[in-house]
Amino acid sequence: MDDTAAATQKYPPGKHPSLPPPGLSTGPLLWIKENLFGSVTNAVLTVLAAWLLWVTIPPLLQWAFLDAAFTGESRKDCQAQSPGACWAFIQNRFELFVYGFYPVTERWRPNLAAVLLVVALLPVLWDNVPQRAKLLIFTCAYPFVAGWLLIGGLGLKPVTTDQFGGFLLTLVIGVTGISFSLPLGVLLALGRQSKMPVLRTLSIAFIEFIRGVPLITLLFVASAMLSYFLPPGTDFNLLVRVLIMVTLFASGYMAEVVRGGLQAIPKGQYEAAQSMGIGYWKMMRLVVLPQALKISIPGIVNTFISLYKDTTLVIIIGLLDPLGIGKASLADAKWQGLSTEVYIFVAVFFFISCFGMSRYALYLERKLDTGYRR
Amino acid sequence: MAIQASAAVTAGDTNALLRLWRNKEARAVIIQILTLAILFAFFAYIIDNAIQNLARLGKTFSFSFLEQPASYDINQHLISYTSQDTHLRAMTVGILHTVLVAVCGIVLATAMGYILGVLRLSKNWLINRIVYCFIEFTRNVPVLLHILLVYGIIVNVLPVPRQALDWSKTAFLTNRGVFIPKPVFEDAFVWTLVAFFAAVAVVWAYRRWARKVQEETGKIYPVLWPGLAIIVLLPTLAFWVSGSPLSWEVPALKGFNFQGGMVMRPEFLALWLALSYYTSAFIAEIVRAGILSVAWGQTEASYAIGLRPNRTLQLIIIPQALRVIVPPLTSQFLNITKNSSLAIAIGYMDIVATIGGISLMQTGKEMESMIIVLSIYLAFSLIISAFMNWYNKKIKLVER
Repeated sequence: MDDTAAATQKYPPGKHPSLPPPGLSTGPLLWIKENLFGSVTNAVLTVLAAWLLWVTIPPLLQWAFLDAAFTGESRKDCQAQSPGACWAFIQNRFELFVYGFYPVTERWRPNLAAVLLVVALLPVLWDNVPQRAKLLIFTCAYPFVAGWLLIGGLGLKPVTTDQFGGFLLTLVIGVTGISFSLPLGVLLALGRQSKMPVLRTLSIAFIEFIRGVPLITLLFVASAMLSYFLPPGTDFNLLVRVLIMVTLFASGYMAEVVRGGLQAIPKGQYEAAQSMGIGYWKMMRLVVLPQALKISIPGIVNTFISLYKDTTLVIIIGLLDPLGIGKASLADAKWQGLSTEVYIFVAVFFFISCFGMSRYALYLERKLDTGYRR
Repeated sequence: MAIQASAAVTAGDTNALLRLWRNKEARAVIIQILTLAILFAFFAYIIDNAIQNLARLGKTFSFSFLEQPASYDINQHLISYTSQDTHLRAMTVGILHTVLVAVCGIVLATAMGYILGVLRLSKNWLINRIVYCFIEFTRNVPVLLHILLVYGIIVNVLPVPRQALDWSKTAFLTNRGVFIPKPVFEDAFVWTLVAFFAAVAVVWAYRRWARKVQEETGKIYPVLWPGLAIIVLLPTLAFWVSGSPLSWEVPALKGFNFQGGMVMRPEFLALWLALSYYTSAFIAEIVRAGILSVAWGQTEASYAIGLRPNRTLQLIIIPQALRVIVPPLTSQFLNITKNSSLAIAIGYMDIVATIGGISLMQTGKEMESMIIVLSIYLAFSLIISAFMNWYNKKIKLVER
């Protein structure tokens, strides 16, 4: 009786209270309808995806966490505890994974170098850091400071580079490659754009050679062939040879990225700079490169990421990066057959660093977008 | 006047070099001559060092070692090979292996990448997120790790041949590889091949004719389904008429392993799958960017002139997207080819593992071997770029 009364009740025009929206046109139900079951294909895809997740994720979580063993002295201990992953191995060898065979008493030095790395990165990553100019000078000096800390000499106990390993080695190769390949790449890109035929040809030949061969063959060249080209009787460190090769390799790719940026700068910018009477280097430093590098930031960071990932290749010529440490430790009879755990552990490490870098590149792109777009 | 002029001349004499340096053209010439001189000096120095070092070690620089017997085994080979064959033959086997894994990888990676790229654009939230996670995880982990992980899974997780996972007793999945039946062709099979090529030729001619008719009259004849029907039916007919000249050699368990049939070894399988899904993550992003680069207005304009959605995709979106997709796709194909050199980490006998690995160790010809390996990779790169440049030119839109 009441319902019909309410339904038939007369309201003055414009005074009718708002009715609730129909059930499927708002809120989570609408979202589900639109995003998961929009059409027949969509519904099928959703069901398939849900099934896929149901089949893979719970067993994976079960294996990696619920059934996993976190403590123990050998694989047998793990198996006795539970049927899942054996993280005890990682726990047991953690220091090896981080420092390699760096002498235990001297491990404060890599630690200090890591802290200083954060300090050196601050002014690069963050504009508003106090005393930015002074910190930037420190950033430029950092590779040499860190080199001194890690290798020793001048009052510190020397450590040979064959004791470097694990994540320490990854960072050493990555940071060296990144900090030296950018300037070298810029020079090569400028050479490729140069009006002098000799410089241009040389730059093109170098860049195309580097980009045409795999890094692993260059590492082989470094380990097997480079000593032939040195004066008889001299031999220099394998790690240094690898660092040189990795830097040269990355600089070839960097040069192409920077060239893309240079080509995107309108000719008017060059002409405007020249009409003000400033020379080539000043024009590049003050007018062209700031704009070109800004455009090429995504590419530059992508090159950094691939360089960082490529550091794993050094295991093939016998350096012990985390993967190498893992493979070497697996040879121990106590821990045999745990390769999956090792690979997942190393993969997570690389994922965190590389994903972080790519996120930072996105942030930088948005920040530097000064909006001069048409 | 005269005094001033002579003073200027003497000053000019002492500063002739400086004046030359201040002249732009002259400076360019000086810099280039200096660069060349330094470069020649550098090369002369290292070549001299190399000659001295080789002499000291009693080695010579020659490629004659390629004719000597290799005396090592390669567990799988596309062309006949025994350990009595020469290093040159071993190198050829290696090159073929590199080509095999690169071509298979490119095909699978492109297909997977295309599907993932389209799914990444799907309106379905769940699919979208899953593909996003897969792409980000894959891209941000080194490819070497992927290869080792897949290899580890194949070797450690798959069952031994005795407990092989089988597919109706003809194909077997084991930790020694995937065993599938091997086709055995009889002579009459030639007719099926002939029929196949004839069908392809017929379809090609029909397609040209249909295009011509469409351009002249606007009438559209269906090409895809009739074409497919001809290509499938004609060889099948020839196959039946010539008396089914094909039998299958099914792999069978003998002792500890399968005999007969075709085998994809774990090394090949791991390298192929890992390279493919690693690269497919990059290709997916390229495909996505390519499709997004085509403005929505193009789709609307196409609907406005009455094209249906699939024709829109085929005639409007894809041609324009390809223009954006092909150049970065080229570098991904090059990456697969170059990354296939990581084969050495799991013992797949590619070019680096044969001539740059075992042959190098056995003969001690570091320089010669590395020169060969580097030039082969350079040649691969040049061939792939040349082909993709040609293709890029072909699909390039002619703009106003």
